[in-house]
Amino acid sequence: MDVIALAWWQLALAALMVVALAGCTAALRLGMGRSLLIAAARTVIQLALIGLVLEALFAAERLLWVALMALFMLLIAGREVMARQKRRLLGGWAFGIGTVAMFLSSFTVTVLTLTVIIGPEPWFRPQYAIPLLGMMLGNTMTGVALALDRLTDTTWRQRAVIENRLMLGQRWQEAVGDIRREAMRSGLMPMINAMAAAGVVSLPGMMTGQILAGSPPALAVKYQILVMFTITLGTGFGTLAAVAAGSRRLFDGRQRLRLDRLAAPRQ
Amino acid sequence: MTKFPALRLARLAIGELAEVSLIIAPGEVHCLSGPSGSGKSRLLRAVADLEPHAGEAWLDDIDQSSLPAHEWRARVMLVPAESHWWADSVGEHLPQADVSDLEALGFTTEVLGWQVARLSSGEKQRLALLRAVSREPAALLLDEPTANLDDATTRRVEAWLVTRIRERGWPVLWVAHDPAQIARVAQRHWRIEGSELLEVASWT
Repeated sequence: MDVIALAWWQLALAALMVVALAGCTAALRLGMGRSLLIAAARTVIQLALIGLVLEALFAAERLLWVALMALFMLLIAGREVMARQKRRLLGGWAFGIGTVAMFLSSFTVTVLTLTVIIGPEPWFRPQYAIPLLGMMLGNTMTGVALALDRLTDTTWRQRAVIENRLMLGQRWQEAVGDIRREAMRSGLMPMINAMAAAGVVSLPGMMTGQILAGSPPALAVKYQILVMFTITLGTGFGTLAAVAAGSRRLFDGRQRLRLDRLAAPRQ
Repeated sequence: MTKFPALRLARLAIGELAEVSLIIAPGEVHCLSGPSGSGKSRLLRAVADLEPHAGEAWLDDIDQSSLPAHEWRARVMLVPAESHWWADSVGEHLPQADVSDLEALGFTTEVLGWQVARLSSGEKQRLALLRAVSREPAALLLDEPTANLDDATTRRVEAWLVTRIRERGWPVLWVAHDPAQIARVAQRHWRIEGSELLEVASWT
């Protein structure tokens, strides 16, 4: 590979500039210097650790380790989906619905892409599987979190309208239908926007990285298109599944709106 | 089975209210009064099965829990004190509005093209009654159906409702405050005192 190696002291120069930025924000009393430095330190530690993990994973190339890594990533993403909701479903449902939806969509699409489209040998080769799944989960997580947050928050606000529709004899699916569609749309919107702006407004990170690493741009573009499509698939199906399951949970067996199943918003 | 069904509450209990048992015959209006916060609206919500509750409601020999909830609510229709609208125009909420009903409530068919946002609270209340009635329920639960109306309109709406109730043989549970209105429309009058539902002797 003709990528130029980076030494730690070169990174230290960049770090020094971040410290300088923190100094400036402190001088302006933005009150962000501390969190900026902590975030920067977290980047270094987390990425260094994941570097070690990936080195080990690539060396071992065992299905079990790849699966464990994938499971770990999934659980973290599920926790993040839960944390991003203002009024989440109680009793583990927020975590459960988000995690299962992401599992169904991200894992299915990733495995399909690996086995049918890219076809590395073996199919779970960590060099392909882990980055692909990571990009997939990162984006699906955003879509699912946005959609579930919109669903629960709008349902909360429009409680009276939904109940009035129920009183007129509508089924729960009909009474919450508009809100459900809106929630699904808000989950899909970021990916549609990203695809529309790709290459014109933004140069996607993965493609940029591949080009930096010496790949011919034409190949990097092909990979980027593939990744964009799979991410859209994962986000789309994940969002649809999460909203369908989440809205069902807002009603009980007698089709009553059960807002007592939502947590009070955190400050 | 008779042509018109009766509405029967069997040991229905919700919130503070103790078990309520009563039978409303077809075409009969039972008024319900009581201090605010005493649970009148919640009782209606329990009959419409919108809140978890103890006991059962029956429409003749049909048990509340034997029907899918939306079918029960389509038959035993609750009209809340404050109505809510989801589409932009009035007409979208009233696909089967009857012209004579519209006129009886002081509207013309023009109202169907109006925006919901420009309706006054009195107009909303009358149209919400019409919206419920036009879906052809088998029983009505009315929560202060004339609260936002002036005297003349109240009389007009009352007269229209009573005529429809007689015609269609609906059993009706009607939450009201005004003793004069109760005297005009009700066959029986119940009052919530504490956790009890007591019958108020009729003085008509």
